[in-house]
Amino acid sequence: MAALTDLTIAQAGAGLDKGEFTARELTDAYLGAMEAARGLNAYIEETPERAQAMADASDARRAAGNSAGALDGVPLAIKDLFCTEGALSTAGSHILDGFRPTYESTVTQNLWDAGAVMLGKVNMDEFAMGSANITSHYGPTLNPWKASSGDNAGKDLVPGGSSGGSASAVAARIAAGATGTDTGGSIRQPGAFCGIVGLKPTYGRCSRWGVIAFASSLDQAGPLARTVEDSALMLEAMVSYDPKDSTSVDLPVPNYAAALTGDIRGLRVGVPAEYRMDGTPPEIEALWQRGVDWLRDAGAEIVDISLPHTKYALPAYYIVAPAEASSNLARYDGMRYGLRVDGEDLTETYERTRAEGFGHEVKRRVMIGTYVLSAGYYDAYYLKAQRVRTRIADDFRAAWDSCDVILTPTTPSAAFALGEKQDDPIAMYLNDIFTVPASMAGLPAISVPAGLSSDGLPLGLHLIAPAFGEETLLRAAGVLESAAGFTAQP
Amino acid sequence: MALDTDTVKRIARLARIHVDEADLSPLADELNNILGWVEQLDEVDTEGAEPMTSVVEMVQRLRVDAVADGDVRDRVLANAPLEADGFFVVPKVIE
Repeated sequence: MAALTDLTIAQAGAGLDKGEFTARELTDAYLGAMEAARGLNAYIEETPERAQAMADASDARRAAGNSAGALDGVPLAIKDLFCTEGALSTAGSHILDGFRPTYESTVTQNLWDAGAVMLGKVNMDEFAMGSANITSHYGPTLNPWKASSGDNAGKDLVPGGSSGGSASAVAARIAAGATGTDTGGSIRQPGAFCGIVGLKPTYGRCSRWGVIAFASSLDQAGPLARTVEDSALMLEAMVSYDPKDSTSVDLPVPNYAAALTGDIRGLRVGVPAEYRMDGTPPEIEALWQRGVDWLRDAGAEIVDISLPHTKYALPAYYIVAPAEASSNLARYDGMRYGLRVDGEDLTETYERTRAEGFGHEVKRRVMIGTYVLSAGYYDAYYLKAQRVRTRIADDFRAAWDSCDVILTPTTPSAAFALGEKQDDPIAMYLNDIFTVPASMAGLPAISVPAGLSSDGLPLGLHLIAPAFGEETLLRAAGVLESAAGFTAQP
Repeated sequence: MALDTDTVKRIARLARIHVDEADLSPLADELNNILGWVEQLDEVDTEGAEPMTSVVEMVQRLRVDAVADGDVRDRVLANAPLEADGFFVVPKVIE
């Protein structure tokens, strides 16, 4: 029999239901694997005692015939952006030193109510600001993959970010699945870099309550998992209507796994001309073309579409997101929780606390945000960016007249080496060039592992659907997954 | 419009982040690099485009104006850097 940690969530659930192994055995297998893989620095805090207690409770439920469903007894990693009662929740930041919330985020509570087991809190870019998991106060997380050839052969690679710990843990088989959050690509880009599935739902689908805020109009929680089916199972448990989040939508929660029919005959797949960008490596273009062929072979109709404002999504994002971050991060003042660095007076205490507590990238973004919101610049920067955002959303709205989903690459490259792009913020920002437009429009999108680069590293294909079109998205993703037959492992 | 070090100092003060004098100039360069890059947005004709306020079209919900939470003083204080007698202890605010 394969190692328990190699089972997908769906397989693990079936094995648990048949009594082939217990949740406690499954959890202990993961706890052992986590210990052996500590070199990846994926976990900020492991919670083995809690995991075992949750696993035992799951076994007791099953024994009594009261299984909570597909996730009952499944061990998950939780991104450190989610507040988890009594367990360290730091957003990867020094300023939240020792912060142990006295409450539980809605999304994690939903997962525990579905019987899932918490293995621990996983690493991330500080306050979710980054695309390489190198801005964490707890040090970088490594990608379990290594390049087999090329300039980066044998080097330590980044897992992507900001949900880098989540992606690394799932790929390395030290979690069956993980929660992530996506503001501009923070689930999909690390999913692609680590060869797993990353799903960002429609804005408003998962509650943001108890998720440490970065950019409130963009932040959305979602799953990282090894298969599309696992993503569907996790998503169904994570989604809920939550009166505690004013942007939470009150819509019925579909049975997402049931959407995976494998039948996309007649589905109209849009291929946007503007995503063909100068400098995109030929192997990314080739992968994209393979994706088009796979979907056409499965009966989809391929449609050329135009999203004219694509290139402006990223610069608009780098006004909107820092502006919202500067406002959200104003709460870290050293008075009520986390780090406090004493100064001569109150103002200096604030300034010293924030200077020491925030890392360089966070400070840079808070200052950009402060500037673009400041008197005299608000219209020129912030309002302008919000108008551009309307144009981007209009582009998608027009596209849905002629297509049902959109296919693009997830990232412009495979995972890069630790230390690369570190001194050039804009080069780092460009990682999200294909993922940010959907974020700006609040649309659901998914990255599916679809092939290997010439250096043997995973590459992802990216699907975007209309708002609340997660079922169509998952159905098309399932077909891509089957056609790609991606079975490589780190 | 390029930021000078005085403007960076003012932004840092507004953001309540201490920046050493020696770091102002390199920080100004970094911020100017990013602001220069976002200036390409000027190419976009946004005439008639409303600034986006909500990405998902939805009607703002109302809730019943009733107490739903409270009486959790010790939980609120549990993570305080300093607390005494049920209060947060903060530096002197009023001279």
